[in-house]
Amino acid sequence: MSSFPWLTVIGLVPLLGALVLAVLPRGAHSLHKMVALGTSLVVLALTIVMCAVFDPTGDRFQFVQAYDWIPAFGVQYAVGADGIALVLIALIAVLVPVVILASWHDADAPPETQVTAANSTAAQVASTTGSPTAGVRTEPTGGGSSAGAAGDSDPAPRRGVRTFFALVLVLETMMIGVFAATDVFLFYVFFEAMLLPMYFLIGLYGGPRRSYAAMKFLLYSLAGGLLMLAAVIGLYVVSASQGEGTFAFEQLTELEISTPVQIALFSGFFIAFAIKAPLFPFHTWLPDAGAESPVGGAVLLVGVLDKVGTFGFLRYCLPLFPEASRILGPYIIVLCVIGIIYGALLAMGQKDLKRLISYTSVAHFGFIGLGIFAFTTQGQTGAVLYMVNHGLSTGALFLVAGFLIARGRSRLIPDYSGVAALAPILAGTFLLAGLSSLALPGLSTFISEFLVLIGTYSRYPVAAVLGALGVILAAIYILLAYQRTMQGPLRLPAGLTKMKDLQLREVLAVAPLLALMIFLGFYPKPLTDVVNPAVDATMQDAGRSDPAPTQGRGETAAPAR
Amino acid sequence: MSLPLATEGPPAGEYAAATGTLDLLWLLIALPLLGAAILMLGGKRTNSWGPYLAIGACAGSFLYAVVALFALIGLEDRTADLFLYSWVPVAELQVDFGLLFDPLSATFTLLITGVGLLIHVYSLGYMSHDPRRRLFFAYLNLFVAAMLILVLSDSFLGLFLGWEGVGLASYLLISFWFYKPDAATAAKKAFIANRVGDVGLLIAIFVMFAALGTTSFAGVFSQAELLTAGTATALGLLLLLGACGKSGQFPLHTWLPDAMEGPTPVSALIHAATMVTAGVYLIARATPIYDVTDTARLVVGIIGVITILIGAIIGCAYDDIKKVLAYSTVSQIGYMFLAVSIPGAGAIAILHLLTHGFFKACMFLSAGSVMHGMNDQVDMRRYGGLRTVMPVTFGCMLVGYLAIIGAPPFAGFFSKDLVIEAAFDQGGVRGWLMGSAAVLAAGLTAFYMTRLMLMTFFGQKRWTDDVHPHESPAVMTGPMILLGIGSVVSGFVLLHVVDIEAWLEPVTGTHEVEHVLAPIVVSLLTLAVVAVGVFVAYTKYAKQAVPTTAPVAVSPLTVAARRNLYFDALNESVLMRPGQYLTRALVFVDNRGIDGAVNSLAAGVGGGSGRLRRIQTGFVRSYALSMFGGAAVVVAAMLVVRVA
Amino acid sequence: MNESYYLLLAALLFTIGGLGVLVRRNAILVFMSVELMLNSVNLTLVTFSRTIGTLDGQVMAFFVMVVAAAEVVVGLAILMSIFRSRRSASVDDASLLKF
Repeated sequence: MSSFPWLTVIGLVPLLGALVLAVLPRGAHSLHKMVALGTSLVVLALTIVMCAVFDPTGDRFQFVQAYDWIPAFGVQYAVGADGIALVLIALIAVLVPVVILASWHDADAPPETQVTAANSTAAQVASTTGSPTAGVRTEPTGGGSSAGAAGDSDPAPRRGVRTFFALVLVLETMMIGVFAATDVFLFYVFFEAMLLPMYFLIGLYGGPRRSYAAMKFLLYSLAGGLLMLAAVIGLYVVSASQGEGTFAFEQLTELEISTPVQIALFSGFFIAFAIKAPLFPFHTWLPDAGAESPVGGAVLLVGVLDKVGTFGFLRYCLPLFPEASRILGPYIIVLCVIGIIYGALLAMGQKDLKRLISYTSVAHFGFIGLGIFAFTTQGQTGAVLYMVNHGLSTGALFLVAGFLIARGRSRLIPDYSGVAALAPILAGTFLLAGLSSLALPGLSTFISEFLVLIGTYSRYPVAAVLGALGVILAAIYILLAYQRTMQGPLRLPAGLTKMKDLQLREVLAVAPLLALMIFLGFYPKPLTDVVNPAVDATMQDAGRSDPAPTQGRGETAAPAR
Repeated sequence: MSLPLATEGPPAGEYAAATGTLDLLWLLIALPLLGAAILMLGGKRTNSWGPYLAIGACAGSFLYAVVALFALIGLEDRTADLFLYSWVPVAELQVDFGLLFDPLSATFTLLITGVGLLIHVYSLGYMSHDPRRRLFFAYLNLFVAAMLILVLSDSFLGLFLGWEGVGLASYLLISFWFYKPDAATAAKKAFIANRVGDVGLLIAIFVMFAALGTTSFAGVFSQAELLTAGTATALGLLLLLGACGKSGQFPLHTWLPDAMEGPTPVSALIHAATMVTAGVYLIARATPIYDVTDTARLVVGIIGVITILIGAIIGCAYDDIKKVLAYSTVSQIGYMFLAVSIPGAGAIAILHLLTHGFFKACMFLSAGSVMHGMNDQVDMRRYGGLRTVMPVTFGCMLVGYLAIIGAPPFAGFFSKDLVIEAAFDQGGVRGWLMGSAAVLAAGLTAFYMTRLMLMTFFGQKRWTDDVHPHESPAVMTGPMILLGIGSVVSGFVLLHVVDIEAWLEPVTGTHEVEHVLAPIVVSLLTLAVVAVGVFVAYTKYAKQAVPTTAPVAVSPLTVAARRNLYFDALNESVLMRPGQYLTRALVFVDNRGIDGAVNSLAAGVGGGSGRLRRIQTGFVRSYALSMFGGAAVVVAAMLVVRVA
Repeated sequence: MNESYYLLLAALLFTIGGLGVLVRRNAILVFMSVELMLNSVNLTLVTFSRTIGTLDGQVMAFFVMVVAAAEVVVGLAILMSIFRSRRSASVDDASLLKF
């Protein structure tokens, strides 16, 4: 059983599904959807089995496979999963079926309603956020620019249901690949390839300013990827100078790299990951991309794609460049703390629901970065848990916001009021998702936020205290949004008189996320058991250990179990 | 072990492991939690029987709590620690999900489930006409479960889980009538003010872990004497911040009166009897920490005294019956803080907490009964003469009134007297100042409570014609009467029959000090001041007719008190407004500055290439010229290199 | 005496050709100027080949001729089609490939 190529199979299944979609006849929409959903469920089932097979006490990397790809440069097709990658792959496997289920009608919505929605939103967005004129002028592809600025949006040339779901499946393959790769070059390939399906998802199925957002996302990410490519090549050169050139992760961790070189290479990786994550001040593409992409795309974008950045910090930046991360860590901590406060304050100032959620993610990524660069076991385990929980929580929040927007045809918070009276289940799930975003104890996000902050406190008390302020701000932005949309006297966007509550399909899409969050909030041990050894290994690679209790005798009352 | 998850061994803590009956402690929490889950997930089909299920769950918890209490009394060291499962295990940080049942938590458990049960029953009548009654009961059950987690947890993290859980329940219940903007705003304010406090508690947990490497009660308290003075004080103050947020103490008290927007049973249960006293529980529980830092104790006392006075002063000015009661709650919790700040007087604080739980819940329910009969009118200037219309309600309110002003032999007399006594007994300037403030506030309490009674039940009727006041149904008056009985006897029973000071001694320590003033002197002094308060109110509100609109020409102090002594204005001008401006400014900066930089980089590249492409004229001959020019430059360069 | 005269001649031819390319508008004349330049280069190649005493330069000259012939074929064809569509053989009129 252990020789079964789990990762390769799990990675290939969605790609096969996409190919099947491509051969299916054009018009059979419900068949396309069923095939897509079925494929993603197969992946989920396989992933569950894989997680069950994974031995937390075994080797660091399991399900390892390595074949030569470009022998001349030591490039391998090498995959393997440690605890961190495993939980993130599991997150993907959970999110993709949810996204497919939630986006059931997103690709085939009747064009007329789409146009009116786009019209009003575009006009209002333009008047409220203030930036579009500047944005549109610089838009490299002239085609869609008129849509955002003037409000005379062009009706999206819908590329059809088949393409949408095929893109989602291809994206799933890429995302699994990026987490499973243990060869730096392979990682880079997936890292870049992942952008393309996402680019098309935003650019073809997004909101009125979709081409601006898609292009910004692509260019921003490519710019980061370029720096990373330089660093990857640099790494190869260093490894070649110390023996045989290689891209294999575990061999690279054993390199002796001088400090200045470390700092240079670290910066290359760091900037790429910081853009991807995104950390302040590289975050401005996220609100645009998050707001303009279709809801399902936004869930995958913020829920998984961005995690590649923070995953990269943990997997590549720290173990490969321990000295550089020791030197630059404090500065990154500062960036993260700024990000936490800044993202939260900006989220408060947003009128567009999806932009608001995107900015909350900026704050949350600040927390994740904080946990990683605090160099404590608690902080890093917390950061990994945060990645998973943030995927679930923000995913749920985006989905529910998407349900609301699909009903009201407006993304603007001021257009809604008192919706809870008409749609109590919608309001309830929105509140629960929001509460998870503000890290309410009892929900899994709290465990991760708590671990991040407690881990940070023992090394950087000031940063932890400032980060804790973000906890207050989170309450403000979530509850403000909830109060404005769901509470108060009933008022719906112009032209609407009633609003349906969630349908069974939508409930089925969100419920697993919410249930998982509650379960993991009370019993996170399945996650911590898997993640702890991987984090220990990372800490060892980085050459750091936890600070001891300063005044007490440590855990005297309850010896470690 | 009763949970399948708990396969590993029990902790080798200093608390004795739970056995026998106490093995089922988790049922206390599980029952109401299950009730809440069924009601929330069950949807409309639980509408008919849902409320009864909720009451049943709460009653089950109460019955089990009684059984557990007797089991506890039978134990030699009177503590039982039930390890459930390993909650957050990460390297050095090992947080277990465990329940601690000792005299303090047992006392609270009984209060929560007992008063909770009565209020569940009362709500059956009070909410009978509400179409969303099912949800109301679900939230009530959720609250009971969270509050039980709060008092039963054996670690600070578990306590924090309950701590925010009750905050959530409070949020849901205050905004139960979400379509009222005031209710929605009040709920949000309550949650956020609580969060400010919660962050204090959270940071306290960080400090514990960084300093001591543990967050369990057993671990922290057994090492408390190892803490440096600075750390201990910091811990004490951070815990105090948490307590202030939850208990509506200065400077985070402004949310509590606003929270009265919620249904009245909620005000009685959460915002009078149980949740708001969690701060007192926290400080009483953390006695070992406060034992090593007198500074933090002093600050707790000062906060308590300030809050006593603030609550009492503002309470004198309001006409809204629920807000008067709310400020009186703020003030009474101030008494508890004052008591708990005094070494060894924690038991007295808990005694006052319990008696207060009875009489304040009784008064709130009575007020709710009045509102129920008066079409939800809350303005006392629109009441008057209700004594004859609602005799039972009047009786209950009267008992509560006599208890709160401290008339012997009602409950408040015993507890408040002891608090004031203990305040004086601290000795020195501190004792005199705090003691006198407490006495003064007792007088103020007597004044505003007398005012409330007179305006509501005496004098002429001032209600409008469309209101037809009537007595409430038995399902409402029953709990009121039971709480009324509690308000009469609880003080005496708890102090002299049960001897709560001895009961709680293992947790809160002993109180043995020299009396600065003889107890009888303190009692007489307090009674005299109370009598003055009652008399002043009598001359103002019984001798003269009460106008139906609030008089405008009043002293500056009254004006200030009507505006919450400007605390809300202060909040608004110091926090909210600047926050909004900051947010707006940042949105601008983000759009124009950071995103602007990104976009202008893109614009720069775009513009640059726009200019560069002008070179492509399309004329072959100009291309040819540039080629020649280029070739010439290359040749020239080569020559130069050759020559050099 | 000897090769420098050939080289001077080649330089002269190359200059004339270059000027022709730059100055003339008629595409035929530009072509002829290009041929002139190519042939001047051929002359140089042959000259050096003789001087050095190897055949390399001469071989190279043949290559140039072949390429030039091919180029003329393609170029004239393009020119014809341009002339047919625009009724002009002026290179300035065919300035469509621009910004």
